[in-house]
Parts: sequence; C-alpha cells; structure tokens
Amino acid sequence: MDWTAYLPMLWKGAVVTMTITLAAIAVGAALAFFFGILRVEGGAILSTIALCYTEVFRGTSLFVQLFWFYYALPLVGISFDPITTGILVLAAHVGGYGAEIVRGALSSVSPQQLEAARALNFSRYQTLFRISLPQAVVEMMPAFGNLAIETLKLSSLVSLISIADLTFSAQSIRNLTLDSTSIYSVTLVCYFTMSLVLMMAMKVVERFVRRGDVMPRPGQS
Amino acid sequence: MTDAINEPIIEFSNVTKRFGILTVLDQFNFSVAKGEKVTLIGPSGSGKSTVLRILMTLEPFQEGSLRLANISYHEERGKGPFQASERHLREIRKHVGMVFQSFNLFPHMTVLRNVVEAPVRVLGMGRADAEARAIELLDMVGLADKKDHYPVQLSGGQQQRVAIARALAMRPRVLLFDEPTSALDPQLVGEVLSVIRSLAHEHDLTMLLVTHEMRFAREVSDRVCFFDKGRICEQGSPEEIFGAPREERTREFLSSVLA
Repeated sequence: MDWTAYLPMLWKGAVVTMTITLAAIAVGAALAFFFGILRVEGGAILSTIALCYTEVFRGTSLFVQLFWFYYALPLVGISFDPITTGILVLAAHVGGYGAEIVRGALSSVSPQQLEAARALNFSRYQTLFRISLPQAVVEMMPAFGNLAIETLKLSSLVSLISIADLTFSAQSIRNLTLDSTSIYSVTLVCYFTMSLVLMMAMKVVERFVRRGDVMPRPGQS
Repeated sequence: MTDAINEPIIEFSNVTKRFGILTVLDQFNFSVAKGEKVTLIGPSGSGKSTVLRILMTLEPFQEGSLRLANISYHEERGKGPFQASERHLREIRKHVGMVFQSFNLFPHMTVLRNVVEAPVRVLGMGRADAEARAIELLDMVGLADKKDHYPVQLSGGQQQRVAIARALAMRPRVLLFDEPTSALDPQLVGEVLSVIRSLAHEHDLTMLLVTHEMRFAREVSDRVCFFDKGRICEQGSPEEIFGAPREERTREFLSSVLA
C-alpha cells in the first residue's frame, strides 16, 4: 500500500491534534495570566492558592492527570467527553507552567518602573495593566513559545483516552498495515510541520507585543 | 521666599527612618514654605534622597509625623500611625511629583504617551486636552518634535527632560528632583539644568532638589540644606552656605566637592 493512502486519515487526526493544542493553549494562557498575576498581586491567601495550583499541576504526571480526570472525576458525578477532558488537562498543564512564566516576568519588571508609576499616582490596578504587564509580556514570549510547542507534543498523550488525534490515527493505521516505518516517518513530519507553524505564529504574536521593536528590555530606561 | 507668613507646605517633625539597624533620618525636623526652592546637599548616605522618597510615599518611616499640603502621612483612623491605606497615600500623591535619577520613563510608550497616560488615566482628563497640554510641556522642555519617539531612541538628557514634562503634566504643587543629572554624561547635564532653572521661576511650584551640582544649587535655590548623618547640619541662603559656612563639616564637604 502506498503511504500517500494514509494521508486522509492522518490529516483527520492532525486536525484533532491542532484543535486540542490550540484550545489548550488559549485556555491555558488565560489560566496562566490569572494565576500568575495572583501569585504576584494576590496577597497572602490568593497567592497561596495560585501557588498550590501551579505546584500540583507541575508536580504530577500529565499522563496520570489525564486518566484521573477521565476515570476518577466521573465517580463524583463530573464527566466530560474525551476531547473536553483532553483540552482541560492540557490547559491546566499550560496554566501551571505558564503561571510561573507570568510570575517570573512580572517580578522582573524593574522596581524603578513601579516607583515611577507610583509617583504619577497610578492605582495598583493601572500599574499592573498599563505599566507592568505590557513590559512583562515581551519577556514572556520566548518561554511561552517553548510551552506552546511542548503542548503540541504532549497532546499525543490524549490518544490514551481514545481521542483520535494524530498519534492515535498513526497507531490505528499501523495496527492495520504493520507498516511502522513509513507511518511514523510521516507522523514525525506532520508534528514537525505543525510545530513550525506554531513557532511562526508565536513570532507574529511576539512582534505584535513588541510594537515598533525599539523597546529595550524592561529594567533599562 | 522664606517669609514666615507663608505656611509650610511640607512639615517633618521628629521623623525617624530606619533601614534595619541603620538609622537614616534621626529625629528629623524640616519644613518648606509654599513656593520655596530648597536644595539638599551632603555626602552620600546622609539621608537627602530618603527625604524625597518619604515625601513621595515610596518609603515609610518609623517615628514622628509628616504633613504635606496639610495632609498627614498618618491616617487619622488607620490601624496604626504608620499604616496609611493606599487610598490615603494616593490623596497625598495628588500633590507631589518626582523626577528620578535614572529617568524611569515607560519604555513601552512613546514620549507623548509617557506624558499623557497619567493625566488621562489618573486625573480623568480627556485625551485631546491631555495631548494638547503634553505638547505644550514637551515644547517647554524642547522636545515636541520627539513626541512619537520611544524613550530608547532618546539621549539621557532628552529622557530626563521628558520625565520632567511627565511629572509636570500631573500639576503637582511639590516637585522633587532626586539627583536629576547624576546619571548623565557631562555634556548633557546643561540641557536638563536649564529646564529645571526655568521651573525655578514658577512661583507656585515648591521644589526640593537633591544634587551634586553646587554651582547650580547656588544659582536656583532660596535655601540650601547641608545634610550629615541623617540630620540637617547647617542651612541657610546659598550665600551663607557657599560663601560663609559656619560648620566644620559643611566646609569639609564643600571643599571636597568644589575641589
């Protein structure tokens, strides 16, 4: 059988992989900003809650989280379809690592910038959203780029809860044809192509947040 | 401008400020009349910048009391005397502005936005009004043509002039200058000093200036205060301090910096 015959099925799987990855990145980025900001600005109680969230999701296996959400949560009456479960678990993972990125970037904004903001009588909220975050976001971009690609690759784990993503499709075809070499070669190329696209998309976002590209790194003035 | 009729706009009484075991200000008493231009000089670590930073609410202090424009830095019904709420501190900040040694412009905003942002967000000015006023101020510091540049595209002297315009845009009654020319290359110092000099003619603006530019201090100040070890060791008119200092420490300091 010619390997091009696998392409339609692999394409279907790739669409699922892309959907899950992009959804996880979008939801995960929201979680990352929410918990990352809480870590820095939340006061004792909220920042501890945010810390617990990041440590739990960074400190446990994504693989086990996936099974736990898929098999254990329904026992307490909460159940989602596999795709939603996959997206939520991956998003929680992105959120956990991303919150650390957000926290790190926010705390790297120079204290002098914050003093200047205070001297101009900005409120805490205005200082965060007008002064700190715009400078911190630039610092976050390379790390977020890595995280996005990491998420794409980790998304192959969702095949284990029977989601027909790219990896799942590849395995199904291989089980039928036993043609491991060409199938996995094509699959590798597929993942690589998708990560290239993702990298380019991140570059575009990075350029957007750097508007004008004349900004120095935060801390310099 | 030191006439007694003018009630003080700034009043430190017995303020003590410690960093850990280090006492930076020791039972510090100091008052400044409305419109007065006061220069603080002295060796580094003598507490001059701390006075400005306390006034700007960037640092708390441990003992004593402080009033600015008749507002106490302690909240009447606050938890303790030294824990004013953020809301109360923002009331104080309405009246004070500060120009920093390292300019601290916002690098992600153009020059114009640096000047406009606070009047729009904090004072609630309309954007068009704020921009018109910002251009006036930028024109005053000679930088209206740079309004669309980013700070990184400007020289240090230009950045500092924008920072002065930015502080003035908030219409402060008291403007604090914390070594505004210390981070500048020598050839850029003059342009910043000439902007500050032009402000010294504004009668309503009270100015506190920490500087090592002695000749400039002599020229613009109504009063010069020599700081040593967290206290004002000697103060008087520029003629008194520079012409005939009474204290030994003042003489030593002046001869070391003027040498």
